[in-house]
Amino acid sequence: MFSYYLDLALRSLGRNKMLTALMVLAIALGIGASMTTLTVLHVLSGDPLPGTSGTLFYPQLEPRDMDGFEPGMEPPRQITWIDGMNLLKAKRGDRQALMTGGAVPVQPAQSGMDPFYSDARYTSSDFFSMFQVPFLYGRGWSAADDDNKARVVVISRTLNDKLFGGKDSTGQTLRLKEGAFRVIGVLDTWRPNPHFYDVNMGNYSNAEDIFVPLTTSRDMRFDHNGSTDCWGTGGGDDDHAETQPCVWLQFWVQLDSAAKVAAYKEYLEHYSQEQKALGRFERPVNVRLPGLMEWLDINKVVPGDVKLQTWLALGFLVVCLVNTVGLMLAKFLRRTGELGVRRALGASKREVFTQLLIESGVIGLAGGVGGLLLAFLGLWLVRLQPSSYASLAHLDLSMLVMTFLLAVGASLLAGLLPAWRACQVAPALQLKSQ
Amino acid sequence: MDILPILSTLRRHKITAFLVIIEIALTCAIICNAVFIINQRIDRMNMQSGVDEHRLVYIELADIGASKDEKARTLEDLAALRQISGVEQVASINEIPFGNSSSNSGIKLDLKQRLSTLNATMYSGENLVKAMGTQLIEGRDLLPDEYMDFDQVVRAAAAKDAKQIPHVVVITQTMAQRLWPGQSALGKQLYISEYPLTVVGVVRELVRPSIWDDSAKSYSMIMPMREADGRYAILTRTPGDRERVLAAALAKLKEINPRRVVLKKVTLDDLRHDFFQNDRAMAGLLVGVCVALLIVTALGIVGLGSFWVAQRRRQIGVRRALGATRRNILNYFQTENFLLATIGIALGMLMAYGINLLLMVHYELPRMPAIYFPVGAVLLWIIGQLAVLGPALRAAAVPPVVATRSV
Repeated sequence: MFSYYLDLALRSLGRNKMLTALMVLAIALGIGASMTTLTVLHVLSGDPLPGTSGTLFYPQLEPRDMDGFEPGMEPPRQITWIDGMNLLKAKRGDRQALMTGGAVPVQPAQSGMDPFYSDARYTSSDFFSMFQVPFLYGRGWSAADDDNKARVVVISRTLNDKLFGGKDSTGQTLRLKEGAFRVIGVLDTWRPNPHFYDVNMGNYSNAEDIFVPLTTSRDMRFDHNGSTDCWGTGGGDDDHAETQPCVWLQFWVQLDSAAKVAAYKEYLEHYSQEQKALGRFERPVNVRLPGLMEWLDINKVVPGDVKLQTWLALGFLVVCLVNTVGLMLAKFLRRTGELGVRRALGASKREVFTQLLIESGVIGLAGGVGGLLLAFLGLWLVRLQPSSYASLAHLDLSMLVMTFLLAVGASLLAGLLPAWRACQVAPALQLKSQ
Repeated sequence: MDILPILSTLRRHKITAFLVIIEIALTCAIICNAVFIINQRIDRMNMQSGVDEHRLVYIELADIGASKDEKARTLEDLAALRQISGVEQVASINEIPFGNSSSNSGIKLDLKQRLSTLNATMYSGENLVKAMGTQLIEGRDLLPDEYMDFDQVVRAAAAKDAKQIPHVVVITQTMAQRLWPGQSALGKQLYISEYPLTVVGVVRELVRPSIWDDSAKSYSMIMPMREADGRYAILTRTPGDRERVLAAALAKLKEINPRRVVLKKVTLDDLRHDFFQNDRAMAGLLVGVCVALLIVTALGIVGLGSFWVAQRRRQIGVRRALGATRRNILNYFQTENFLLATIGIALGMLMAYGINLLLMVHYELPRMPAIYFPVGAVLLWIIGQLAVLGPALRAAAVPPVVATRSV
């Protein structure tokens, strides 16, 4: 029966090519635009570390003085050196890392290659295990290296390709600023999206090319990049950043169970009270412990423009659907004569209804194919854009399946009303007027 | 034209008429808001920077190793840059409009204030006003003996030594009006942290390097501090000199000290272009969607119009046979479309207003000016009339003899 209806649908669609083309085009345009923007939204609001993101938390403390205090204020989104080091040394989480971003001058050993600046991450040792960073060669450094301010470096695959031709470079020496660093690890391709661990450095930027221990970076006086917020007399003096009343570091902690999360929050409150008693903290205790995904929400990492575009595309899809409903209605009602004959010959309302829905399904499928092509075109256009997230805009399998489900679903929905209207035809009346 | 017969016909085609109305309403609502956003973005892209953009170039350098005497080298750099032909002014500065990197501070008018009055960016660098081509409209520029070295100021602030901290400042007109509405800012005092600064000059405009909030984009101060951070603003004599000056400047700077890396070498025009790239992309996308929407809507009207004409051939034939002219028939379909479009537009206006309210809440957009409503209405009326013209002409071509034929 299905194949018979399909045959009928194709015949009917072929009879009025202009109208069919219009309907398919409308669906394709709506689907294409929606899928393009939905894909971008899907890519940008994704989970950077599927599976582990639920166990990662970002503690926030309130170390500022009373100047400008208002109850209910959000604590700073970064942490001071003193608090960061205290939390790191306390080791209350399963893993923890204190970090910040920067840029370091690289002096290649090869003649003919000019010195250049590379983005760097200065971090404590748990960074690699906590964020499950994949290694191509070697490994990260140890807590002892952190303590000893060891001159060791982990580099990205891109930098390894550039400097060492992609060979295993562990054990080689790399000159950073004035210091000789030993390469102890090379990362495999790693680009967490968003760049969750430091949203000051661009939400969708590449991971850094150079990783060195945080303590070493201070020892070497490497430049710090990103946001620095100071209060009181703080500010400007990078040489004494450790003691300045400024927040400029990020601290992440891994807590593997809900009980540990509660305990950690209690620890943070206790710590704040202690600091208040010591006179370091002035404001009332105010600690927060957002999880990774919550942290991304708080920082509004998904650009407002992208959300706006998605709403716009969905609005466009609705217009296209209304358009299709109108056209299908016109098409189905024009065939009341034929439908009247079928009804008179014994087809039930239900069968006629099914037949018409199959016809709209076929239109949806054709619109889906067209929409997919348009989505590929749309995403290609998005990738030409200069935004940092542009290169991420690719259609994956789930979005591909969704395109077809959306297209067929939307056109079936659009077909419901016209099909129902066409079924209401009284066969006797139609036959009489013929 | 008699409207009543049209209304009675439409009443018998409720669903189809309703669909046309909804489609026009949605299109109208979306287009009004999209065009509004496009205009917002265009306004943003045309933002005044307050500097002489077409003549200004910017260079940013960083040292490879530890640098010895940055101040002496900066003086040497500046002297060398001044000698390049086509260079009018140079300055070693800390930040540049559209450069996306800035240092900012809370400003108070009274030390007893608990919260800052506003947050402003701090430009600094000797000769900055002249080298950026910023226009002074009140008071005077900072004087040579008022400048202090930036690193010394930082040290003085840590030691709370008020003598080594600047006590004069130049601010923008917007900031002056925000702090002292309706008064002259000259001679007035503002506070950064606990240190008072007297306003000695006001510039027409100087936009911040990074803009989070459009309403605060012009809150800028120029501090009397000398910078030695490898950031140079060079004002060329004519726009045509820029490329040559940039190349010559880089060669000179490399010659003075080869052990540094060029981080940026741009004209201000390029900086502006990059700064607004997302706005440009968004505006382009919105234009694309508007065009697609209008095409889809127009095609929808063509499709439904054709269907109606085909359905009413007999009726049209009868009217023609009874003496209606071709023009009558044409007018009939045009009026019908006009009626539907008008209802759709009225509904669309309400929806446009609602969407605008939502956008104001969620995307911090301002209220849409009333002018968008009539413009949107006229646009959709025109689109509707153009789309219906084809089917209507076909209807007018139906000969009266059709009335006598059976189908």
